[in-house]
Parts: sequence; structure tokens; C-alpha cells
Amino acid sequence: MSDTVIKVENISKFYQLGLINHGTLAKDLQGWWAKIRGKEDPNSRVSLLSSAKNNSDNDFIYALKDVSFDVKQGEVLGIIGANGAGKSTLLKILSRVTSPTSGCIKIKGRIGSLLEVGTGFHPELTGRENIYLNGAILGMRKHEIDKKLDEIIDFSGVEKFIDTPVKRYSSGMYVRLAFAVAAHLDPEILVVDEVLAVGDADFQKKCLGKMDDVSKKEGRTVLFVSHNMAAVRQLCTRGILLRNGELVFNGDVNDCINGYAQTSITNLISHAFITPDMHASGFSNEITIEEATLLNDPAEMSTDEPIEIELVLKNHFSKATQCRYSVNIFDETDMRIIGYVSEEIPIPQNKETFKVRCQLENHSLTKRRYKMSLNVGYKDFGTNVKNFDVVKGGVLTFEIKYLNKKSKSEYVCWNRNWGAVIHQGCNINVEVL
Amino acid sequence: MSEKENWTTIITPKNSFFRLNLKELWQYRDLITSFVKRDITSTYKQTILGPLWFFIQPIFTTIMFLIVFGNIAKIPTDGVPQVLFYMNGIILWNYFSKCLVSTSNTFVANSAIFKKVYFSRLTIPLSNVISALVQFVIQLALFIIILIAYKIHEADFKLSFAVFAVPLFVLQMAVLGLGIGLIITSLTTKYRDLTHLIGFAVQLWMYATPIVYPLSMVPEKWRSLYVLNPVVPILESFKHAFFSTGMPSLTEYGISIAMTIFLLFAGIFVFNFVEKNFVDTV
Repeated sequence: MSDTVIKVENISKFYQLGLINHGTLAKDLQGWWAKIRGKEDPNSRVSLLSSAKNNSDNDFIYALKDVSFDVKQGEVLGIIGANGAGKSTLLKILSRVTSPTSGCIKIKGRIGSLLEVGTGFHPELTGRENIYLNGAILGMRKHEIDKKLDEIIDFSGVEKFIDTPVKRYSSGMYVRLAFAVAAHLDPEILVVDEVLAVGDADFQKKCLGKMDDVSKKEGRTVLFVSHNMAAVRQLCTRGILLRNGELVFNGDVNDCINGYAQTSITNLISHAFITPDMHASGFSNEITIEEATLLNDPAEMSTDEPIEIELVLKNHFSKATQCRYSVNIFDETDMRIIGYVSEEIPIPQNKETFKVRCQLENHSLTKRRYKMSLNVGYKDFGTNVKNFDVVKGGVLTFEIKYLNKKSKSEYVCWNRNWGAVIHQGCNINVEVL
Repeated sequence: MSEKENWTTIITPKNSFFRLNLKELWQYRDLITSFVKRDITSTYKQTILGPLWFFIQPIFTTIMFLIVFGNIAKIPTDGVPQVLFYMNGIILWNYFSKCLVSTSNTFVANSAIFKKVYFSRLTIPLSNVISALVQFVIQLALFIIILIAYKIHEADFKLSFAVFAVPLFVLQMAVLGLGIGLIITSLTTKYRDLTHLIGFAVQLWMYATPIVYPLSMVPEKWRSLYVLNPVVPILESFKHAFFSTGMPSLTEYGISIAMTIFLLFAGIFVFNFVEKNFVDTV
């Protein structure tokens, strides 16, 4: 392809865990002397070479492992992944802050980043002086800044204070000025990393707008790293998904996001003994949930099928005679989809442990993976929450696969944008006339 | 395969061992100017005396030396007026130590910005050397004014032709400070001990150079060893330029130049080697 602007070829980067060296020159020299004599370094715990090759060794961690992809002119590429997946490392390598351990990246054009807004601002200098300084750090020539100076000042909205040292600026003015410089950098390739995490709603909008302009109107390439899936979906044309330093998906941005979201529920759990760390703290624990079982097949569930759960509870000599049970269902992003709350029902007396079965009807959940949290309590009026025990989300997980249990008709294609719940009463009857 | 030539940047694991990348440095020339401006304007902002501090420091050091070494210790100055003798050494030594210390702090002092954006790393030490030069030139002007004042009153010393070579001496000082500084800063990415060492090492080093005493006081049998200190011939020549106290021999100066060049290249070599990955270790 002639219009490829970034070509990443088999990039790997590993970091050594723990101390970088022995800390003092003396020990390093000792190690070096031992190496010369062909002996093992007395200060090293593992032989360095063997562990570098072998990922299982604990002293090295791969931040990136054999990552390859291309980016074409004018493309907006979203880079997503959980924390520690290697996104930042990838950007660091792309922006040449650090270098890869192996592999090679070829780039056409200047890379500018919106990732470090305000880098190199000197507090004693005035706004105007800092524009020049910051612009130069970001790789602009003086005449380029001269040309854009008015535009930058205008965009920042701090023209009144432009000859005041930036140490007297409010933090908002500071960020606006810094962003104005970065936004007028005009690189061929723009790297944006989590800028949306800082600044107010207005500023975020401005960032997104600028990125949209840059890519759509000016046809420039943008690499966008964010945890904000809505923004990624809105802006990007293509996505790559990183997991533990490996590239696991490269393609359409929606598929990529789906792939990312799926990662948070990796396995389906239909039975669990509740360990102490699964109980939320701060509850009286008069009655505790000890064991939870999903009676359905967690991988083969359908929208019209009631969810059945069996709980084993333990009564720690509670004075209460009755209690209610509730189940909350969350999606992969921990968004609460449905809450079920039962009536208060009598607690079997004179029994230390007892069993209950809950049936959740008409959940109407669509094709997705879900997790549940469970709790038991009484008289839940308003904020006066009286729970005996709350078991945190993720204790049981399941996947809705079919629309109809009997026919096992699958959702052929259910876009996640269409929502998590389909109303059971809303049937669409289509007839060919 | 013709498009292969079109890549503007190729990122590989390691820099080639000795690649100065002057072209890239040239692209960042505006950045060097910006840094120099920043250094100079920000140093004395919000001070009452402002740029006067450029003068105060050498004047007071000279007065100190005058009292301690001139009047109490009574160390001779080879017939040169004491004030001029001390000030001559102080300003050039100050320039050298400033180049050396600021360059040796390059990585540690700028790690925050280096971790965030890429620009030619050599711009930082170079701009340090240049902004120190501005200070030096101002102090040199002060020295020359005092020199002229002395000349009017008592003319028992004369300028030599070497005065025309003063820019070269200064350049060599800068290069020497830069070279050693680059080596030290590269090592500080791993061994922080050096940041502590450098501060007082420079102070000690000053006493191994003919600033508070003339070279003639160094015993003859030690002289050949003494001039191995690469700073000595430069300081001596600088002194000779204004007072005709005698140039160091060609061999002595040759060794100093050779060491300067060697240290510069060694410095660039290790700096180049370290700069790519220092972010991971600093």
C-alpha cells in the first residue's frame, strides 16, 4: 500500500522487574568482573540471557509482544485495552520517548501528541514566551509559531493574560493555553492519549471536535487511546485491541470494542462458595450467603428463559423472622441492568443453614455476558438499607445466547448499541404480503 | 520498493553506535534558542537586582580570594594585580564548571519532560552551554573594564597576541565541560551517586587548577603531571592573553586539545547510547 503512514513490524518491549541494577557501581563492577572471568554474576539471581528469552520468568515482563500493524493515511485508529495492556508503551515507542526491545517502526511524517499538554511550560515565563517554548519542544519552527500565534492566543481565550507569567494562571487557563499550542501543531500524525480524562465537559468537546476536524477535514492520521468507548466508537474507523502486550484484534472498531468488553467476563461461573473477600463490608452479617448456584446452563441461556438460582444461607442466630432476597444483574462494564427484589418471606426457624431458590422471570436480557450480585436483608425503604449480607458482583456469570429457548434460535446479529434488554411484550410481526 | 525511501522516521531498538544526527539537531535549532532565552530570562525573574547578579558573583568571589589567598595566605600572583589575576581565573572557571554541572544534570533534571516528548536530547546540554556563555561574556566585559581601569593607573603588564585566540580558549572550555558532562549525565541514569559527587568534585578540581595560585608555584617535578589536567593549559593561555605570563608548551596544549576532543566524542558516544532507553531506568 502506498498510503501507509505507519508500519509497525514485530515490536516487542520488555521491562525488567524490580531493581534496574544492583544500585551501586561497586556491585555492578563486581558483576562485570565476574563476567570477564567467565563466572556467574554473584549479585544476580537469575541468568539474564535465559530469562530474556523466556517469558515465564518472573523478572521480566513483556509490555509489548510481537505487535505488528499498519496505519493508513487519514485513518483514525483507536487503541484499546485494559490497564497494563501496553497501550502507553506503544505510544511511547511511537513518539520515540523510549525504544523497542526488538522490531521496527517506520513512520512517514511528523508525529505530534496531545498526550502531554503543557510539557515544558516554564512558570516564570509569560504566556507568549511559553507558546514559543512549548511549540519548539513539540517540534515547531519559529516561523510556524509566528504565523499561528494569533490563532493560538485566540483559541486559548487568555489574550488578556498573555504577557503574564503562567505561574499566575488558573489551572484552567494553563490547560487551555497548553492545549491551544498542541492543537495548532499540525502534525501529519496526531497521537491522543486520554486527554478526555482531564478538563471539563466543554474542553472534552473541544478536544473531540479538534480531532474530528483533523481527521475528516484535513485528512490526517490520528491514533486515539482511550477507555472512553463511546468516544472511540464515535471517532475511530478502525481499532486495535491489546491484551497483556499482545495484539489480539485489528479491524472494525465496533468489533474491537466488543472484543474488549468481553474480556472482563472471561469465564462463566455457575456455582460458587462465597469466600470472605466476596462479601461487601459494612453489613450486619446476621444471615450470610454461603453458596450460590445457577441452575441454568450458564453458556446456553436464552432471553425468554427464567434464571434460577439456589442459595445456601447461614443464620447467625438472627432475631429477624423474615427477610427479602435480591439479585442485581450487571453487564461487562459493571453497568447495572436489572435489579430483582423479593417480598419478605419467613426465615426457617431453628435451622443454622437453609436453602432458597430464586426464579428471575422476564429478564428480557439480550445476547451478552452478565454477572450477578446477591444480597439478603429486610425492610429496604429508601436510603434505609438494611442488608444482612451483600455478595459483590461477579459471583455468578452467564451468557445469553438465544432469543428463544425452545427453538434455540440464535441472535444472528445483535449490535451492542441496540441495548441490553429487549422488552418481552414488544413483538414485531412481519408478514410478507 | 521505491517507497522505502519515503519513511521519515525509522524506529529501531538501538541507535547505531556513533550517529551524531546533526541533521536532526539542526531541525531543532529554534528549540535551542528558546531554551537559551528561557534560561536567561527566567534565572533572574522576580529578583530585585536582576541581571546584576551576573556581576555580583564574580566580584564577591574575587574579594574572597583577595582576602583569603592574597592577604592571609599571601600567595604570589606572578606580578599580576591580584584582583585581575583572580577574576581572570574565576570567570573562565565558572564558565567551565557551569557547562560541566548543567550538562551532567541533563537527564536527571529533565527526566519529566524527556519522558513525555521526543526532541533531540542534545539540545538541552547545548542550550545550557550557550546560556552559560552569555553569562560568561557579560562577566568578561566586567573583567575588561577593570583591566582597562588598571591599565590607566599602572601598566606593569601587557596584552599578548593570544588575546585574539580567547574565543578559541572559551570554545575549548565549553567543549571540555560538555564532553565530561555528557559522560557523567549518561552514567547518572544508572548511578545517582554521581549527581552527589559532581557538586564537590568541581570545587575540589578548582584547587587543582592555577586559579588561586600561579602555575609557577607548582614544583617543577610535578608540573608534567599537573598539566595533564586538561583545564590547566587553557586557563594558562587565557591568563597569558591578558597578562603575557607565558603560554604553556605546545605539547602541553596538544595533550589538552587531544583530551578535549576525546572526551567530547566519548561523551557523545555514551550519550547516544543511553538516550534511547534512559526513560526506563532513570
